Order: sequence, then structure tokens, then C-alpha cells
Amino acid sequence: MSNCNCLDLSFAATEAEASLGIARLSLCLEEKGLPGHRAGDVKIALAEAINNVVEHAYAGITPARVQVHCRFHQNWLDILISDTGMPLPGFCIPEGIPAALGETIDELPEGGFGWFLIHELTSDIRYERKEGCNRLSLRFDFPDSG
Amino acid sequence: MSLTSETTGGTQVITVHSDRIDAAMAIQFKEDMRNEAQSGNARVILNLTHVEFIDSSGLGAIVAAMKQLGNGRRLDLAGLHPFVEKVFRLTRMDTVFKLFASLDDALSAPTD
Repeated sequence: MSNCNCLDLSFAATEAEASLGIARLSLCLEEKGLPGHRAGDVKIALAEAINNVVEHAYAGITPARVQVHCRFHQNWLDILISDTGMPLPGFCIPEGIPAALGETIDELPEGGFGWFLIHELTSDIRYERKEGCNRLSLRFDFPDSG
Repeated sequence: MSLTSETTGGTQVITVHSDRIDAAMAIQFKEDMRNEAQSGNARVILNLTHVEFIDSSGLGAIVAAMKQLGNGRRLDLAGLHPFVEKVFRLTRMDTVFKLFASLDDALSAPTD
């Protein structure tokens, strides 16, 4: 019974594989009953977290795999993202202050929104570095469902 | 990623034929936009009707595409899916771009 509430997927930590992996996870989560009003939040936060692994944890080293484990509960969804790349700086979750928009078009930021979006869209974030692995847990509450 | 372009009445419409603009295609998108938008029309509408998902890298690529237009040329966005619109809203980029629900809305909007 508990197995039907879980979803596991792993893929190589490259941009191309991550793109396919994120699209596949989004589809599978919807099939598993991800509530429509939270679907966008989950997909965006999940994509940003996985992109961070590809771009930063494996920056300058041979990319290994990203493992994603999703578990549905009655009123929330837990997503655990694991990798064997470099730890988050200072072993801490970045604060996620959004990049300033600046005064002119030329000053507009072209990045620096990833952690801000993750903070905005999740109900809880936890991070631990354990035995050479990064383990990032994202929780999404579904207050209006069930 | 493929883009198509047509020009009507001094406005260039560039349509994205992909269901996503993400980290894997952001650089290619920027390059393709540079090539497509060389026409020099003052107003360019990016038609996102087929795009169901965008991440912050895709958002950054659209910002870069507007910057490279230069010279007071304007990039408006049309046909935003709810998830795509949400990324623009959360990052406050909805205050930078003009967003239109559909391409028809964008084309019929008064030009200033």
C-alpha cells in the first residue's frame, strides 16, 4: 500500500538528462494525484532544486546521478533530492533573496532567482550532508485537499 | 527548440515551438532569438502559447533576449500559461514585460 504513494526516479546530472527527468517527474506526479492548485508550485520548485544540483553541486567535477524520491501523504508531498556532488556552501540552505530588478533594462538580472523560488513555493526545506551525499527535502502542504 | 517569425504591420511575432524553456535550452534560445529578431521592428511579440513550463534559466534567457534587442525596441509576451505567468509574477518580471493572455490580445492592444 505504501509503495503506491511513492515515486522514484534517477538520472545523470547533466542539463539534457535533468530536463527530461524533470518533465517525466512532473507527468508522473500528476498521474499520482498531485492537486492541480499545487502542481505548478511543485514543478517549478523541483526544477529549480534539480538545476542547482546540475549547475553547482557538480560544477567542475564529473556529474554523477541525481536521485529523486517523492512520497505522498494525506495532506502533503515530500520530495527528497540526493546527489554525491559538492555540499551547499557552508552546509546551509541559501536564504533566497531575489535578485534586484535594477533601474534600467540593462541592469535586469538574468539569474539569481532559483533559491528564492524554492523558498516561495515550498512549505518546508531541509538539508543535510551525510556520508558524502547532499540530501535536500522539500515539503509541499496541500491545505485545501483531503 | 525552434522559433518561427512573421511580421504584421510593423510588429514582429516570434512563436516558440517547444513545450518548455528550461536550463537545457536557455543558451540556444538566446542565440535563436538573436537571429530571429534582427529585422529591427520596434515591437516584437514573443508568442508563448505552446510553452507550458519555464524555469528561472528560461526566464533569464527571455530577459537576455529583451536586452539584446536594444535601441528602445520592445519585447512583449503573449499566451502565457498559468505556470509560466506565475514565474514572471513571483520574480516581479511581470512589472518589466507587458504580458498578454493571448496573441490576439497582444496584436489588438494599442501601440504607444
